[in-house]
Amino acid sequence: MSNLLVLPILIPLCTAVILIFFKEKTRLQRGISAVSGVLNILIALLLVARVHAEGIQTLQMGGWAPPYGIVFVGDMFAVLLVTMASVVSYAILLYSFHSIGEKRERFYYYTFFQFLLVGVYGSFLTGDIFNLFVFFEVMLISSYALISIGGTRLQLRETSKYLLINIVSSTLFVAAVAYLYAAVGTLNMAHLSQRISEAGQGGVLNVIAVLFLIVFSLKAGLFLFFWLPGSYSAPPAAVRALFGALLTKVGLYAIIRTFTLLFVNDPGFTQSWIAWMAAVTMILGGLGAVAYKDIPRILNYNVIISVGFVAFGLAAGTRDALDGTVFYLLHDMLAKGLMFILGGIIISAAGTDRLNSMGGMIKKYPVIGWMFFILTLALVGIPPLSGFAGKVLIIRGALDTGMLTLSLIGLGSSFLVLYSLIKVFRQAFWGNEPENEQPKVSLKWPSAVAGGLLVLVIAMGIGAEFVLTYVSQAGEVLASPVQYIEAVMKKE
Amino acid sequence: MELVMAVAVGILFTIGVYLILSKSLLRIVLGTSLLTHGVHLLLMTMAGLKKGSAPVLGSADTYVDPLPQALILTSIVISFGVTAFYFVLAYRSYQALGTDEIDSIKEDKE
Repeated sequence: MSNLLVLPILIPLCTAVILIFFKEKTRLQRGISAVSGVLNILIALLLVARVHAEGIQTLQMGGWAPPYGIVFVGDMFAVLLVTMASVVSYAILLYSFHSIGEKRERFYYYTFFQFLLVGVYGSFLTGDIFNLFVFFEVMLISSYALISIGGTRLQLRETSKYLLINIVSSTLFVAAVAYLYAAVGTLNMAHLSQRISEAGQGGVLNVIAVLFLIVFSLKAGLFLFFWLPGSYSAPPAAVRALFGALLTKVGLYAIIRTFTLLFVNDPGFTQSWIAWMAAVTMILGGLGAVAYKDIPRILNYNVIISVGFVAFGLAAGTRDALDGTVFYLLHDMLAKGLMFILGGIIISAAGTDRLNSMGGMIKKYPVIGWMFFILTLALVGIPPLSGFAGKVLIIRGALDTGMLTLSLIGLGSSFLVLYSLIKVFRQAFWGNEPENEQPKVSLKWPSAVAGGLLVLVIAMGIGAEFVLTYVSQAGEVLASPVQYIEAVMKKE
Repeated sequence: MELVMAVAVGILFTIGVYLILSKSLLRIVLGTSLLTHGVHLLLMTMAGLKKGSAPVLGSADTYVDPLPQALILTSIVISFGVTAFYFVLAYRSYQALGTDEIDSIKEDKE
């Protein structure tokens, strides 16, 4: 037992509270959030090292033994996601300094930013299903504020849709918790897993499993993603990057956690639901990415494709595929964060988000152009880069279980990713410059941030062997939930 | 007793869904608050409605389950916060967009 586990939540929480007092002093706000971001990355790395050396870490809140109290569980999967989330959010924070603007900064932008991180880290680390709901709400309420801050007409319109869909899904979440509590009488995830296994996951538990799947799919944009392309187009680029990199991943994390820990006893039934949802998500996301001609929407549909791909890895469910899912999820947080930052840079350089009115930017901004090109290759999964290892493992796992159609759809979706992003590259960077000359804007700072992330993308691809030692430790726990249960329910 | 409550919750959900599917933003907000009422009652019902004294330590033999009450209390304040935000957002969009009809605030590019 160690208090280290609560620090990833405590640090942004305290930072957020402190930031409230310095509303007008934007430089001070930036300084404080930058320092706390570094602290969080260090703590997360320390946690990874600790979990790697000693196995799953648990922390009982207030010393109450599970299942009676709330317990925080740091297995490798959770702490890896916390690490990646802290790195990506730090890059987005640095990008915000440049791009978000004085007006929004004065209205508690950094406070909401930190509260969003509290919700994200909390969702990753909690071991209690109702506590997961509360952390979801912490995250969502901050995201409501971030999506509407600034109050343009577009933002107001999209916020009310985003708000409605999330209220409905949160309501369903509470209903699902109520049913689960009635069925098995506990809320702690490890204990739930034991009880569900004892009850054998017959009729009513399968219904509850599907209800949870619907709830988390609404949050993650798996199949039920109709709200996502519009909502994620409304806020400024930095917020969009934060949402695209973190929010849907939390929903995915919840799906993976629920279906590898709780509802594991009737895999034929639940896996087939996840499998066809993943297939439809990849196809529809791919079609959307190809269809549109404005940058925010193309990028948003790319988020949807990767959500489908992660769910596909979960549906395959072999050890290989689970390793691949964890690897791909980590890569995707990093690469999607970078993709939205680069998208934001392109939009601010071109002064428009329409592809048709862009062109010839490679002369003015060669570095950004080639960074976007390398990122595209990484997202598609070209070997030396980070997208490759995860995709290979998932496809291999899927072929082992005989999911040929799904594997083909997964591979096909990579082509649509390639086509849609190369379309952006070709339209924005090649060709002739548009008639009305754009003034050259200084992009040194955001380019440096993007460059830092790109280095990580490349490093994660080249050092895949090294990353995989950690990732396979995460996959091991996902594949055999007994380890998780024993770590939490141990007698002390 | 649980059956009566289940029917009541069902009715609340029906009305809530019906209101959410309507055109005016205000009705939608009302619909969401009916939905949350429904789900809180559901949480209470599903935990069992057996007779017992209020969960305050005294000399009673049996108590009602205290856990769902704590969950409901948490969920009530969360949905209260979100509903307050939604109302203000609806008011703000009424000011900025000049309409309460959800159909007429469809996507037109700015």
